[in-house]
Amino acid sequence: MKKNKKTFPRQSWTFDEYTNSEIRRAAATGIYDIRGGGSKRRLPHFDDLLFLGASISRYPLEGYREKCSTNVTLGTRYAKKPLELEIPITIAGMSFGALSGSAKEALGRGASIAGTSTTTGDGGMTPEERGQSNHLVYQLLPSRYGMNPDDLRKADAIEVVIGQGAKPGGGGMLLGQKISDRVAEMRTLPKGVDQRSACRHPDWTGPDDLKIKILELREITKWKVPIYVKIAGSRPYYDTALAIKAGADVVVLDGMQGGTAATQEVFIENVGQPTLGCIRPAVDALQDLDMHRKVQLIISGGVRNGADVAKALALGADAVSIGSAAMIAIGDNDPKWEKDYNKLGTTAGAYDDWHEGNDPAGISTQDPKLMKRLDPIKAGKKLSNYLKVMTLEAQTLARACGKNSLHNLEPEDLCALTVEAAAMARVPLAGTTWIPGINDN
Amino acid sequence: MKLDLKKLKLRKVNETLQSIDPKKNNKNYTILNPEGNHAICVGLTDDIDITVKGHVGYYCGGMNQNANITVEGNVGTGVAENMMSGKIHVKGNASQSAGATAHGGFLIIDGDASSRCGISMKGIDIVVKGSVGHMSAFMAQSGNLIVCGNAGEALGDSLYETDIYIKGKVKSLGADCIEKKMDNKHLKKLENLLKKAKLEKLKTKDFKRYGSARKLYNFKIDNVSSY
Repeated sequence: MKKNKKTFPRQSWTFDEYTNSEIRRAAATGIYDIRGGGSKRRLPHFDDLLFLGASISRYPLEGYREKCSTNVTLGTRYAKKPLELEIPITIAGMSFGALSGSAKEALGRGASIAGTSTTTGDGGMTPEERGQSNHLVYQLLPSRYGMNPDDLRKADAIEVVIGQGAKPGGGGMLLGQKISDRVAEMRTLPKGVDQRSACRHPDWTGPDDLKIKILELREITKWKVPIYVKIAGSRPYYDTALAIKAGADVVVLDGMQGGTAATQEVFIENVGQPTLGCIRPAVDALQDLDMHRKVQLIISGGVRNGADVAKALALGADAVSIGSAAMIAIGDNDPKWEKDYNKLGTTAGAYDDWHEGNDPAGISTQDPKLMKRLDPIKAGKKLSNYLKVMTLEAQTLARACGKNSLHNLEPEDLCALTVEAAAMARVPLAGTTWIPGINDN
Repeated sequence: MKLDLKKLKLRKVNETLQSIDPKKNNKNYTILNPEGNHAICVGLTDDIDITVKGHVGYYCGGMNQNANITVEGNVGTGVAENMMSGKIHVKGNASQSAGATAHGGFLIIDGDASSRCGISMKGIDIVVKGSVGHMSAFMAQSGNLIVCGNAGEALGDSLYETDIYIKGKVKSLGADCIEKKMDNKHLKKLENLLKKAKLEKLKTKDFKRYGSARKLYNFKIDNVSSY
């Protein structure tokens, strides 16, 4: 009898290999997956935008020859001493505890060489970080782990953290295995205990309270340093407007690709808005309140190269902030540790269990043996190299658009490759004059 | 020295108190007409005595170090928030989040304190002569909360290592908070703190001690219904 022909085995689009593995993992362990790394799904992003460049209708600047300024001043609204940065790329908040002391030092070193700022995180300010950072932003988080007024007064700016792009509306958890003696002491908790970071501040709730909180911080620091307010990309128009109303000098807006916060996979992939979709509403809020360029806007979440920087600035941001990219620059997910990544059941480039403290690169760990793998001086140099490359790339694109400052880039310099990106960035779809939602008729 | 908030701006008052020269300056200050102003006496660093004549708004004595502040009135949200050391004595009632995240020092409230008294406290000692509202000592990490009246719902929810002593009734305990045995060490500590608050007449045996069951210290899926 003749055998029936079979079709090629067809995998389900809905139940794909990863989805099935997650179902099996959940069934085996009874606990949701926690990870860092930000959203890994395909999202509309800066890649979906292109610069038009100059030609007859626009006049370009000579690459490498003609000036294209990159400096930015943050905190001009109320602070006596705004931050004067040489480049519009800052280092995002990442905690000592989540990261090793050496990694924090490396971030400070790299940022200082490049002329920009770095930021503390949940867990307080370490002497290594303060010592190596010319411009250090001190975060005030809901947990207030390690918060003390002496460090507050040492800071060059204060960032009131309300949300993170990876988890708008969510708190955090630093697992007990990362709680070394030093981390435990700084956070006033027993060694080895999981440390929960609350999702709400303990002493204020709404925007009217935030205004008073900011007043208190200004009074403690004698109105010298800028006060940032960091929000996640959930309702960027209203949240930006409320942060401005509360008296922020700078608004930091973190889209859902923001990756250094560890939380549930389901949270990372299903809450918040892509960075690209957040910028224009935030700029709308600034413009509606006549505060654009008076209150500065820092955009973060998936910024990787000079093109991303230039596009964010063209859409109205004053600066960007990088977290995941900075970690990669100092050695995170480096293929040279592939064997170690394999032992952890992953591979270089996909490692995202930063919260577990087993980082082969010695960055997101408190294990003394692993920490020795990171040389903070060399790692700092790598970060400064990377920041300089990003800046040069952004300048190259700006000059091609005829701009003598990165901050002169504008939406008119851009077009979009997809309808979604055109709608979010409010720039024309390539080859058309159509901006979905703006000139549909 | 008198500092009148009807005549001086808040910045000037705080600036004066934040810039004490021990050789030249007076150690005693009186703030007149606070009229509910916020952020009075914040960020102080010196061992000075301040009396505030009236009611204050949010964050009075915020992040205090060393100063001894007495408020002859009621206080708004977050009195003594993140205090590191020193003493704050509230002669009236306190709004929510009194002593929030405070790392040290001593806070006495003669009246009642509203919700979340001692939230995330990290080493401060708080004595409330009246009652406290719901969610008091939420996620409290270290230090002591003593309440001579009653406690509202969910006392000590998700508690770490803070000791809570309640004389009156507790409406309900929060997740992972349990009544614990009062041994001699705790009786002595309570006695000392009551003495410090000039409450020597109260009997330590009338108080019950509450603390963490430590079952939620490390996340386990079997405990998920507790959260």
